[in-house]
Amino acid sequence: MSPATSISEGYSASASPDAPPVLELRGINKSFGPVHVLRDVDLTVRAGEVTALVGDNGAGKSTLVKCIGGIHPADSGSYLFEGQPVKVDSPRAAAELGVEIVYQDLALCDNLDIVQNMFLGRETTKRFVLDEVTMEQLAADTLASLSVRTVTSVRQRVASLSGGQRQTVAIAKAVLWNSKVVVLDEPTAALGVAQTAQVLELVRRLADKGLAVVLISHNMNDVFAVADRIAVLYLGRMTAQVSTSDVTHSQVVELITTGRGAATRREAPDEPNGTAGADGTSEWKNGERP
Amino acid sequence: MTTGALSGTGARDSAWTPVVDHFRDYVARLRGGDMGVLPALLGLTALCTAFSIMRPRFLTSGNFANLFTQGAAVTIIAMGLIFVLVLGEIDLSAGFASGVCAAVAAVLMDSHGVPWYLAVAAALATGVVIGLGIGFLVAKLGIPSFVVTLGAFLAFQGVLLKIVQDGKNISVHDSTILAIAGKNVTPWLGWLMAAAAVGCYAAVQFTRAISRAKRGLATPPTAVTALRVGALAVLVGAGVYALNLERSRNAAVASLKGVPIVVPVIVVLLALGTFVLRRTAYGLSLYAVGGNREAARRAGINVDRVRISAFVICSTLAAVGGIVAASRANSVDPNTGGSNVLLYAVGAAVIGGTSLFGGKGRVLDAVLGGAVVAVIDNGMGLMGYSAGVKYIVTGSVLLLAAGVDALSRKRAEASGLR
Repeated sequence: MSPATSISEGYSASASPDAPPVLELRGINKSFGPVHVLRDVDLTVRAGEVTALVGDNGAGKSTLVKCIGGIHPADSGSYLFEGQPVKVDSPRAAAELGVEIVYQDLALCDNLDIVQNMFLGRETTKRFVLDEVTMEQLAADTLASLSVRTVTSVRQRVASLSGGQRQTVAIAKAVLWNSKVVVLDEPTAALGVAQTAQVLELVRRLADKGLAVVLISHNMNDVFAVADRIAVLYLGRMTAQVSTSDVTHSQVVELITTGRGAATRREAPDEPNGTAGADGTSEWKNGERP
Repeated sequence: MTTGALSGTGARDSAWTPVVDHFRDYVARLRGGDMGVLPALLGLTALCTAFSIMRPRFLTSGNFANLFTQGAAVTIIAMGLIFVLVLGEIDLSAGFASGVCAAVAAVLMDSHGVPWYLAVAAALATGVVIGLGIGFLVAKLGIPSFVVTLGAFLAFQGVLLKIVQDGKNISVHDSTILAIAGKNVTPWLGWLMAAAAVGCYAAVQFTRAISRAKRGLATPPTAVTALRVGALAVLVGAGVYALNLERSRNAAVASLKGVPIVVPVIVVLLALGTFVLRRTAYGLSLYAVGGNREAARRAGINVDRVRISAFVICSTLAAVGGIVAASRANSVDPNTGGSNVLLYAVGAAVIGGTSLFGGKGRVLDAVLGGAVVAVIDNGMGLMGYSAGVKYIVTGSVLLLAAGVDALSRKRAEASGLR
């Protein structure tokens, strides 16, 4: 999908192919004790695009997300935000840059309502008193801007929502803060068919609004339905980051399971020094680099 | 979705439609397990009716005033417990903490001649220190609050014995402290305070409704708000009228009428506590930690600090409760805040509708539940039952309330309205 479809709301500049990617990771390494989880991982995330991050269990997807979100800062490697090197060592630092993560377990409080959950920890106050009116309006406006019609009242407790509605609230919470990058960890894993469609539609709308979206998923149908690019992790290495239109279903599955995509077409030459992807084109790397 | 579409007021066929809709919503919430104040109010009405029929003396103005002074200490301790219960924790030491704090104040006034305000400040400071200690052990070391406060329960009992030097009791002579539970507000001031309280409530309710309506947000129908304010006005008015009746057996010798001073004390604590829990970011963080600690942590809430602060509030309010208890008893003895005080306080919170599972509770629960406990205690006393029967009945009511809590929680989980 071309970036032209994603121009809106002042993000058009950063969505053009010449601008630096919103988020770029280069040569990220992360170990937990003796376990080397991420090895020289590169990732490029562009505004207005959905970048799918796929990989088998234990490939390092969640760890990579935690590096992006500042929960587990990387051991080495560089984190570039809008072309500038930044240090992200806490969830706060990530949030200040405009990087929001929607975790698999959603992190919503069942006993609070939608507004309270969306503003949790960052409430709007007037002289120490909660500004309920402003918060309620902002929450409703955010949901409206995402064309969410499944939620009847923003004062509903989250406990009364369905799985899809919860996911919607969690995503709306992430975009409420003018975020630039939204990372969704398996947003459709626990959902039924209709709700999955709704959430995927929402994911697409986020990108079309000009946000950079990273979608982690095990479901190839979901990935091919919404992603512009696919990044494949295999045993802690980024084996490929390609345009969705350039690969087939089975090629991606092969990459996930073996780390090799021998039968696939190569768009850019290998760059074993780990800087590939900086030019913004699709790139392939050898999964068995030393 | 527009904000207007969020309102549940529906079509405007008649002026009563929004009221009927509101009522229907309320019934739906009740059936879903969100009972609110209803069980406590129904229980209170039933108990009062039963006792009034069996013992007409229950309904006298004098006994009505007694109810407040009897229930005050337990109610105030229960208010503090609400903050801890909302987190899903418990403070079993709140009763003896109140006794220790009261003893500190009493010793300072009795043996050292310290003025009452400094003594009260010292008692409150003791409460803060106790809360910090318990909170530290629970939040930082990670010992379950049940165990920490069970240990503290025993330890504070010992501390209290040490302070009052093995069995003697310390009498309280300070007239200001004694006035809290022993004196009344002059009748005209009582009316003035009642009017101010109802006026404040109405002002808060209506300004909220107006500011919401201005931004196009859903508001409860004006008729419902007016009804609430009206109901409160009637209740408060009736209460003040009854308390302003002459209660002295021989009015010529000593007149006894007016609202007991503990009542405005409780009302102020109620308003303050409700404000903190409902209208501040701190209050919301308490509910968040009680509902989903991990979510609260990820939202950037300092969970440890919130948990410690809840124990501090609990112990500090326990200190206030202890002073009220000392004022009522005119002394502090090794049993101040002991025996049934803590269980009555926990019972009051749960009977009022605060959940033992955390995440749910209001300061109002303590007042309503405290009223139920006081009525049972007082009514059974009038009926001539022994302490043993009183304990059995109060314990059963506590179990009943906890059962209602657990069942309504189950039901709320099923209907998604927790």
